[in-house]
Amino acid sequence: MTTTQLAVATRKGLWFFRSTDRRTWSVDGPHHFGAMVHHVVLDPRDGRTMLAATRTGHLGPALMRTVDHGKTWTQITTPPAFPKGEPRGRAVDHVFWLTPGHASEPGVWYAGTSPQGLFRSEDGGDTWAPVSGFNDHPDQQTWVHGDQDQTPDGGKTHSVLVDPRDAAHLYLGLSGGGFFESTDTGATWSPLNSGVAMDFAPKLPDGGEYPFGHDPHCVVLHPQRPDRLWRQDHCGLYRLDRDQGPRWTRVGEAMPKEVGDIGFAIATHPRDPDTAWVFPMDGTSVWPRTSPGGKPAVYRTRDAGASWQRLDRGLPAAQAWWTVKRQCLAVDAGDPVALYLGTTGGQVWASVDEGEHFTQLAADLPHVYSVTVGTPA
Amino acid sequence: MIRVLVPTHLRSYTDGVAEVEAAGATLGEVLADLETRHRGLRVRVIDEQDRIRPHVKCFVDGVQAWSLDQAVAAEVQILAALSGG
Repeated sequence: MTTTQLAVATRKGLWFFRSTDRRTWSVDGPHHFGAMVHHVVLDPRDGRTMLAATRTGHLGPALMRTVDHGKTWTQITTPPAFPKGEPRGRAVDHVFWLTPGHASEPGVWYAGTSPQGLFRSEDGGDTWAPVSGFNDHPDQQTWVHGDQDQTPDGGKTHSVLVDPRDAAHLYLGLSGGGFFESTDTGATWSPLNSGVAMDFAPKLPDGGEYPFGHDPHCVVLHPQRPDRLWRQDHCGLYRLDRDQGPRWTRVGEAMPKEVGDIGFAIATHPRDPDTAWVFPMDGTSVWPRTSPGGKPAVYRTRDAGASWQRLDRGLPAAQAWWTVKRQCLAVDAGDPVALYLGTTGGQVWASVDEGEHFTQLAADLPHVYSVTVGTPA
Repeated sequence: MIRVLVPTHLRSYTDGVAEVEAAGATLGEVLADLETRHRGLRVRVIDEQDRIRPHVKCFVDGVQAWSLDQAVAAEVQILAALSGG
């Protein structure tokens, strides 16, 4: 019987939720109790190797690995690290993002860090090397707005995507800095931000667009139609079809104006490229980053972003001022697809009918940093 | 041998022991020797540029050290600040 496993990473540790019917769940945790756990990913290629990016408020980061579903963990002793003595003097504060590599490269993983850097492992996460084509690109310091000017918890490298058709074709997102593409396994990189607003920056004198400097919050590609990308940006909600041109379309224009199209998270349906889900948040005034009006809801499109439907059945009707961070909206591969949300209020919500109804799996966990779904072997 | 006092935050590396011994004439050498028996500890305290990490302090013979080159006579105490919430 297939087990669905949620890895719920929080500011104070990691919990697993497991189910064979997606209705009754067992809870296993805490693991890494007291540590901030940024991302936990089970390798879909073997169903056993799992990496967990942890740190505490007081110590350096620890990248942890298990091959027995969390019964035992081993700390990686050659973790992602910038070269000793490099001119910019960067040091990895924490690993923020983990991506298993292409199906044809079984041991390959990528890690996105804070400060912004990209690292690659070729041995299942045991040892890591910098992707110097990105980290040492002559423009990289400009892309990330300089090493001293980063978001409050440090600049983030996220949304590291591998094209399922081509192991050499990579994307990554920088908060802030924009969205970038490589077609040579990370040796060279180009910005991919045309059409995306950058409301926080001064207008360019020639009326043109900034090529980079944007703040993508989360970008996903459709696994069966990899030319389609969905992007939840600091400045709106976008879709890009690479086979139709290089310009992003702001599909968030179709969202209700009182809700807006700002958020952190975005997910796409594993089989239907026209279906995606977002969790809007309040991006007005001082950017409270809560559910708009304290009324949380997921929005779903079934028509590639031409229209969006509010989904809030089972969620609190009012006075719920949490949000869903960029790694906290996950979908499984079931039919129908189940949707899982982790909130800044420490709740985990599930919908086994593609968002029509939500039920609560957990009410009182710490602030949730990521929710990922896996199928353990 | 140098006496090394380990804070609660790092005792998962020392089987819960608060005080261990290590060899070395400098803070860097002591931490390197410690790492041979307590794998994974050093990276939690020292970054890849050999800097003592923020929120961590190393007292050498009772005086705060700012560099791995600090000479050690008898004792290293690692402190992890109680910052955050």
